[in-house]
Amino acid sequence: MKRVLTSIICAAALGFAASSADAQTLTTVKTRGGLNCGSNPGLAGFGLPDAQGNWTGLDVEVCRAIAAAIFDDPTKVKFVPLTAKDRFTALQSGEVDVLVRNTTWTSSRDTSLGLNFTGVDYYDGQGFMVRKALKVNSALELSDAAVCVQQGTTTELNLADYFRANKMKLKTVTFATSDEAVKAYDAGRCDAYTTDASGLYSERLRLANPNDHVVLPEIISKEPLGPAVRHGDDQWFDIVKWVLYAMIIAEEQGLTQKNIGEALGSDNPDIKKFVGTEGNYGEQLGLTKDWAVRIVKHVGNYGEVFERNVGQGSPLKIQRGLNALWTKGGIQYAPPIR
Amino acid sequence: MTAVPASERPKVSLLYNPRVRTIAYQTLLCAIIAFLAWSAVNNAIENLRRARIASGFEFWQFTSGFDISQTLIDYSSTATYGRAFWVGLINTLVVAAIGIVLATIVGFLAGIARLSKNWLLSRLAGGYVELIRNLPLLLQLLFWYNAVLKALPEMRDSLTLPGGGFLNNRGLFLPQPNFQGGFEWVLAAFVVGLIGAIAFRIWARRRQERTGEQAPVGWVALGLVVGLPLIVYFLAGQPIALAYPQKGRFNISGGLELLPEFVALLFGLVIYTGAFIAEVVRAGILAVSHGQTEAAYSLGLRPGPTLRLVVIPQAMRVIVPPLTNQYLNLTKNSSLAVFVGYPDLVQVFAGTVLNQTGQAVEVIAVTMAVYLTISLVTSLAMNWYNSRMALVER
Repeated sequence: MKRVLTSIICAAALGFAASSADAQTLTTVKTRGGLNCGSNPGLAGFGLPDAQGNWTGLDVEVCRAIAAAIFDDPTKVKFVPLTAKDRFTALQSGEVDVLVRNTTWTSSRDTSLGLNFTGVDYYDGQGFMVRKALKVNSALELSDAAVCVQQGTTTELNLADYFRANKMKLKTVTFATSDEAVKAYDAGRCDAYTTDASGLYSERLRLANPNDHVVLPEIISKEPLGPAVRHGDDQWFDIVKWVLYAMIIAEEQGLTQKNIGEALGSDNPDIKKFVGTEGNYGEQLGLTKDWAVRIVKHVGNYGEVFERNVGQGSPLKIQRGLNALWTKGGIQYAPPIR
Repeated sequence: MTAVPASERPKVSLLYNPRVRTIAYQTLLCAIIAFLAWSAVNNAIENLRRARIASGFEFWQFTSGFDISQTLIDYSSTATYGRAFWVGLINTLVVAAIGIVLATIVGFLAGIARLSKNWLLSRLAGGYVELIRNLPLLLQLLFWYNAVLKALPEMRDSLTLPGGGFLNNRGLFLPQPNFQGGFEWVLAAFVVGLIGAIAFRIWARRRQERTGEQAPVGWVALGLVVGLPLIVYFLAGQPIALAYPQKGRFNISGGLELLPEFVALLFGLVIYTGAFIAEVVRAGILAVSHGQTEAAYSLGLRPGPTLRLVVIPQAMRVIVPPLTNQYLNLTKNSSLAVFVGYPDLVQVFAGTVLNQTGQAVEVIAVTMAVYLTISLVTSLAMNWYNSRMALVER
């Protein structure tokens, strides 16, 4: 008994000592020579390693953009696959420098979890997928249905709230990973599977017969997904925030991977500030003058990244919708570099 | 001019006094441990404060807001996190308790079968043990869960069981007994029967020691424990009403419900732990010298009573300590429940509650304390049993 206690205490002491937060994330990342990015272990379009171990996805490209801005090399990222349940602990303890894992920005996560959300790289909302054979047309008909859900997400909470608000009975079956939840749904354990709408389109591709399933029209929640960093390092918070803004501004200015070279000679004052031929905005962030050029050169602007991973250039074929630029009917908007 | 006083012993420096040295070393060790513990706690609090992460146990009273599939006490998404903790804990205890009983039965049967003279039986038992204990438990759980889901019919093609039950891949649904007025008499009869059976057994044993005559203890006990309550049950006018499960649009509701997640987890744990217990039992039986069996045979005992009355009681002394380990393993392994969707303590509390509150240190500490307590209580009970079984030298 005494020995057990001692060993627990020693282990705990080591654990805490190792996790003492470091305020100088940028320095740490530079010394290490690479960025540690918390990523989804497998969600097509957002974070998914292929057979060769190359990671692809919208969230993944945001990590690459951060690496590009710091190192001028988008490959200097180590992707750490995290389950929904473990992701915050991994970020809090310093195991990853930034968490870009289709994570919903909520008030409690922003405050009591000790995180800072840097922006929104995808505006999403929670939906339901059911079998066509059930002949269900609306989520409001789902009373008494069994619903498979992944643990450790805002999804569990929204689901219970939605059913409670509409006075419907609910049977949830909760799994540790989305993989298990989808498999159980496919095996007929549940009538419906619920997660963010983008996730539903992506998971549907993995089912035995994708065409036998339909996504219901109701979106029951607001799910702004974005990158998150730890509390206590404002410089790092700024960098991650502005990398995403730079991608959005690039799309606004019409700067793409192809034409970014020509932009260096542009006379447009906004573009001159963006590419660093005017002012020292990159240095103010703790980066180099050409930080934004690096991002666009290696990764592309927000629109390019969107279309390549989840839009028309991908099997998901998701419409831009809310994620279009503010000038084109969406709500993606970035403050100016100036 | 008289006796030699004690002070005339050779004076030894305090440094070399063994008593002083032991105490000094132990104090030093305690101080180091206390310092480590203090700095760990301090460091943790400081880190949490600096990162402005919430701490403390206030969350215990907050509304949980999520749903749990199997709740043996009242629970809804408007209940508190504290309530969710109890739901998870009870689910863990249920699967562990039933698992321990079943694994013991499976283990004893397989262990004895492996020593059987019947070639087929012993090879079958041997094959079971070697196959099961050499595969990772998590794989087995996933296998059983998918086997359960795939083998059973879909909701729409539910099997209807005689007596108003249903079986499908959402679970096993049985009529639920509701106890009505008059049932307390049946309970009372059961208690009386139980006491009577124990009294009869004591009397029968004393009589056998005195006169050598045997009494039919088994039959009398069965009559008292089962027969008596049955008679009272009918006399009281059958005070149990059955609530039958009803088919709804999506699911079956009402009645008793046995989830496939529970069955898969229980099955996996029992089969896995049973294989280890079988080896423990086999080792225990082999540890009893063959002379004991021969002596029993020469007294005219048949193989069955020999095993039951001579070999197993002696083998128990070897079996119980490692058996305790297996019980502890089963309880701890039940935390793999989350992978098959069974809402145990780890899934509910160290999973969803941890994720929603973000208070990893508190939640994990509580979870560890719970498993520690369960394990210590189990060992305590097994040690007590062991000391009762121990050889009493006269």
